[in-house]
Amino acid sequence: MQGPVCPIPLRHDEQVVLGHGSGGSMTHNLVRNLFYAAFDNGPLLAGDDSAMLDWPEDGRLAVTTDSHIVSPLFFPGGDIGRLAVCGTVNDLAMVGAKPLGLTAGFILEEGLPIVTLQAVIESMRLAATEAGIRIVAGDTKVVERGKGDGVFINTSGIGWVPFGREISGRNAQAGDVVLLTGPIGDHGIAVLVARGGLALESDVLSDVAPLNLLVESLLSTVPDVHVLRDPTRGGVATALNEIARQSSVAIQLDEAAIPVNPSVESACELLGLDPLYVANEGKALIVLPQAQVEAALNLLRSQRYAEGSVQIGTVRAAPAGRVLMRTAIGGTRVVDTLAGEMLPRIC
Amino acid sequence: MKYLTEYRDAALTRSVLEEIARTVRRPWVIMEICGGQTHAIVRHGLDQLLPGEIELVHGPGCPVCVTPLELIDKALAIASQPDVIFTSFGDMLRVPGSGQDLFHIRAAGGDVRVVYSPLDAVRLAQENPDKQIVFFAIGFETTAPANAMAALQARSLGLHNFSLLVSQVRVPPAIRAILSSPGNRVQGFLAAGHVSAVMGYWEYPPLARQFDVPIVVTGFEPLDLAQGILRTVQLLEAGDPRVENAYSRAVTEAGNRPAQAVIQQVFEECDRAWRGIGTIPMSGWRLRAEYSDLDAEHRFDVGGIQPQESPECIAGMVLQGRKKPSDCPAFGGKCTPEHPLGATMVSSEGACAAYFRYGRFAESAA
Repeated sequence: MQGPVCPIPLRHDEQVVLGHGSGGSMTHNLVRNLFYAAFDNGPLLAGDDSAMLDWPEDGRLAVTTDSHIVSPLFFPGGDIGRLAVCGTVNDLAMVGAKPLGLTAGFILEEGLPIVTLQAVIESMRLAATEAGIRIVAGDTKVVERGKGDGVFINTSGIGWVPFGREISGRNAQAGDVVLLTGPIGDHGIAVLVARGGLALESDVLSDVAPLNLLVESLLSTVPDVHVLRDPTRGGVATALNEIARQSSVAIQLDEAAIPVNPSVESACELLGLDPLYVANEGKALIVLPQAQVEAALNLLRSQRYAEGSVQIGTVRAAPAGRVLMRTAIGGTRVVDTLAGEMLPRIC
Repeated sequence: MKYLTEYRDAALTRSVLEEIARTVRRPWVIMEICGGQTHAIVRHGLDQLLPGEIELVHGPGCPVCVTPLELIDKALAIASQPDVIFTSFGDMLRVPGSGQDLFHIRAAGGDVRVVYSPLDAVRLAQENPDKQIVFFAIGFETTAPANAMAALQARSLGLHNFSLLVSQVRVPPAIRAILSSPGNRVQGFLAAGHVSAVMGYWEYPPLARQFDVPIVVTGFEPLDLAQGILRTVQLLEAGDPRVENAYSRAVTEAGNRPAQAVIQQVFEECDRAWRGIGTIPMSGWRLRAEYSDLDAEHRFDVGGIQPQESPECIAGMVLQGRKKPSDCPAFGGKCTPEHPLGATMVSSEGACAAYFRYGRFAESAA
C-alpha cells in the first residue's frame, strides 16, 4: 500500500540523521535492515529487551566490555568493526572463556554515510563469523554532528569458562616461560600511518584478529597455561608489567628474541617510538611452565595468527613486580610502563 | 633495518668494549653531550659494560630540558589565547611550566597540536587564515634549519598569521661553559652526531686545544657509542686532545653547508638563558631583525611573567654533568614522569627520564 508521496522525497537512507536514534520507526528500520540482517541469529531476532542464551553446565561466567574509538574508521588491515568484535572476543579468550555472545552498542554521529555504517557492520559480521560468535543484543544512539567521530562502538561479551581452567594474570610463577605469538607493533603503526599527517607511507597492516580459536587449540593440547594476555594499548611492555605486578614476580625479557617487522621497526625509529609500547590487536602473551614450551610452540606455529610464535622471556622470583630486559649487547634495563601516551621526540 | 641492525651488532660491540678495557689505564670522566645518546646508553645498558675506570656523565643536549621556564610560561600563555593554534614537537607538551603544561592548556580548551615538522605548522597557517598559528621553535642545531625554513616559507607565502616562539641553542658554547665552570670534571667529550651532521665539526678544534680535551663526534647506536668511547679513551691515554670523527657515515668536517646557510639567513647569534644552568654568552640564535615580525614574543603580549622553578629540582646540576639523576632526593619519589618537577624527567632526551624509564633506581633490587 502506498501513501501520499512527497514530490521531493527526503532521503534518510544515505546518511545517519538524528531520527535514527529516536527510538521510532527510523530506528526500527535501521536496526532491522542493517543490524538484524547482518547479525542474523535467534536470540537477537527474538527482539526482546534482553537476549536469552543457553547456559552450558559446569563452568563459570566471564564478562568483559570494551569501547572502541579509532580514527580513521578504516585502516590498512582492519576497521573499527573488526576491532570491536576482536577486542572483546580476545578479552574473553584471554581468560580461557569460550565466547557465548556479544552485545554491540553504537553511538553514531549525525551525517555518517549509511554505506560507511554498512561497511562497518559487514566487517563485524565477518569477524563474528570467523570467531564463531553471535552478536545477540545491541543499541543505537545518534549524536549531533560534531559530537562524535563517525562511529563509536561498545562491545560487551560473555563467555563460558569450563571448570578446571585457571588462567589469570595472577598465576605466573618463577620458572615459567613467556611466549609471544608474533611480531609486535603492527596495529599501532598501521593506525598511526593511516591517520596521516606524518608524511610517512608504509605497508604495515594491522594485526587485528580473533584469537579465541587459537586459544582453544592451545588449551586443548597444552591445558597447563598459567597466563594469557593480549598486549593491546600500551603494548607488550605494559601487558607484562601488569602480569609481573599481579603475580608478584619478575619477568626477564631477551631483547634479541622479540620479533618486530622491519617496516614497524623503521617507522618506530623515524618517529622515536618504542615498539614494546605500541598496540597490538591480534597477538597473545602466553605464560606457561618450561616443560610445556615445546608442545605449545609446535602447536602455535601450526595455527593461523600464531605462525611467528617465539619464546621472549622467563619468569623469576625477584625483583617482584618488575620487567627486566637483557639488551642485545648484554646490558640490563628495566622495562617500565609509560606515564601517558608516547610522544614523538624532537630530533 | 639497513644501517641500523649493523650498528646494534652484539658481537662487534662486545669486541669494541673489550678493546676499551684493554686500552684504559686510568680513571676518566667522559661526557656525552646529547640526550639522545644518554637514552641510548642507558637503554642498551652500555655503561654497565664499560670498565670501572670510565665514568660517563650526561650532558645538556636535551632541547626540551634547557628551554627556559619563562619561555614555557609564555608558550602556555599564548596557547591559552582564543584564535591561536599552538603547534609544537610532541616532546614539549608534558614539560612543566611554573604551574601547568601544554596538556593542561589543551584540556582547558586551548588548541594545541603536535606536529612533526615546522613546515606542517606553515601549512596549518595556510589552511586557517582566520587563526594565528604559533610554532614553538626550540632545539639545537638539528632543528634550526627546518625552523629557519619555516620562516622563509611563511615569508614567501606572505602569511601574516604565522609566528615562531624561538629558543634555539648551540652546542659549542655549552661545551665551553661546562669546561670553564669551576667544578668541571669532564675530561673528554662525545660530540653529538646529529648536530655535527648539520654543523660539521670545524668549530671544535679551538675548544679542544684551549681546554686540552679530546672531542669525538659520535653516533647513537651501541656500536657507534662504543667506538666513540674507545677513540676518546685512546686519545685521553695518549694525552692527545684532538677532534676526531667516529660517525663518518653521517658527518663531514664541513657539515651541511646549505642548512648552515639557511640558518644564517634567518637567525643571528645571541645570549641565551638555559633552564637550570643560566645565561651562556652567544649560546643561541634569535630571528634576525628582518624576520622580527615572525617573532611570537613580539606578536603576543606575554610580558610580566614571573617564572617559578621548583626549589627541589636539581636539573641544572644534572644537565652540567655534576650530579646523576639518581643523586636527587626527589628522583622517583616526588618527581616522576607523571608528576615531574623538572623538564629532565619528561623529555625523551632528558637524563632523569632515561634513568626512570630504564629503572636505574632499582638496580640494587635487580
